[in-house]
Amino acid sequence: MASFEKLMDHNKRLSVLLFLLLMLLLGFLGAAVGVLWGGDWYTGIPVALAVGAIYFSISWFFGGSMILSMNHAREIRHEDAPQLWNVVEELAIAGGLPMPKVFLIEDQAMNAFATGRDPQHASVAITRGLMEKLNREELQGVMAHEMSHVRNYDIRFAMLMAVMVGSIVLICDILRRSLFFGSMGRRRNSSSGGGKGQVILAIAALVLSILAPLFAAIIQLAVSRQREYLADASAVELTRNPKGLIHALQKLSGDPEKLRGASRGTQHLYIVNPFTKQGRDSLFSTHPSLESRIARLEQIAAAA
Amino acid sequence: MEKGLYLFGGFLLVLGAYGIYIYNSLVRKKARVENGWSQIDVQLKRRYDLIPNLVETVKAYAAHERELFQNIAALRSAAHAAASPEEALPLENQLSGALRSLLMVSENYPDLKANENFLALQEELASTENKIAFARQYYNDTVKEYNIAIHVFPNNLLSRRLGYEPRPMWTLEDSSEGKPLHISWS
Repeated sequence: MASFEKLMDHNKRLSVLLFLLLMLLLGFLGAAVGVLWGGDWYTGIPVALAVGAIYFSISWFFGGSMILSMNHAREIRHEDAPQLWNVVEELAIAGGLPMPKVFLIEDQAMNAFATGRDPQHASVAITRGLMEKLNREELQGVMAHEMSHVRNYDIRFAMLMAVMVGSIVLICDILRRSLFFGSMGRRRNSSSGGGKGQVILAIAALVLSILAPLFAAIIQLAVSRQREYLADASAVELTRNPKGLIHALQKLSGDPEKLRGASRGTQHLYIVNPFTKQGRDSLFSTHPSLESRIARLEQIAAAA
Repeated sequence: MEKGLYLFGGFLLVLGAYGIYIYNSLVRKKARVENGWSQIDVQLKRRYDLIPNLVETVKAYAAHERELFQNIAALRSAAHAAASPEEALPLENQLSGALRSLLMVSENYPDLKANENFLALQEELASTENKIAFARQYYNDTVKEYNIAIHVFPNNLLSRRLGYEPRPMWTLEDSSEGKPLHISWS
């Protein structure tokens, strides 16, 4: 089991590092706004962090149910889909987790996701298309992947990352606007000083406000991809059976349908990206390619 | 002189805090082991409840597999009546094997396989077998962690005085050790 633990540790360290990096970026942007508004750099930081905090509390309490209703997911009980319910219950036992809420999405596209803030407030959802096309073993693999997102706190982490990126985008918006008004104000008294230094500062801030959201998004995506590998690996740790998930991913790669109700904002949550299932590995994808994921799983299968 | 006293006091404080930390972590690990065991217990009880229904349904289509039914009934009541987990576990393992052959036998009866009631029971049994296997896996993991925790230094100084005994793992005799039982059909 050493390989699982090593992989998990590595991924956790990386995630924390990237999260801190984004936090730093947010603080830095706040400082930039502070300077441009004519205040001191340190007055802007609390403002930026407050924006983040408001964003955060909304996501914390309503994020999960918002995502579920956006996807038209319906909560089910044991008698609605006994096999699905049983499989989730088995995995909750395997992971020593409380039973999450189970949702079904009436859609023929093949996909699944997990959301919530912690294992006590978690939900897993699957489309009818995926549930019906998988056999029991494959269904177990897919749900183990989702339960791993719950167990590894990926659901919380994905939420935090979305909050950070959202805040950064918002602050950059403020920065660009204040740049416009700020430079107007300064032009009036430019005869009394300022001049070149101010122009350079303004250009630097403009570039920053354009690049920062892009940079933040790239980091978010990098974390998302790492977390997918991690969830695949810990799914195998739960089921001790890589074959189920491998076969399920192979079936998923052949599915041409796109999921209605999926949006760019939630695409990183799904077991496969709802927009570009057959994509290649790149800096701008939420998920590693299915080929890379299957290849890694096959390594685990061969090592076991 | 006074400085030395403070230093000694500080040392004792740190030692005490460390002792509390160890104590709490041991309590927590023990609770997890017990929780893991109770989950196994829940699933075993669930299986006792499922068996009569399943056997009745199969009997209606495959009456002459009498020996198998009797074997299952005997194992079920023996396991149910067992006084201790040590006594019950080998019986539960045998019961798993017998139920697996029951499902295997039922493959030979197309009418039975078309019976919706049977299919539902089969799913419940398969799931319960999986749950037992997963609960066992989880229990064994917690036992391993607990047993290591009570034996390493300096925890062992504390655990021995508190009467923390090592717990046995639940191992299977047959070759499927370490893997959940996959009763597969497609």
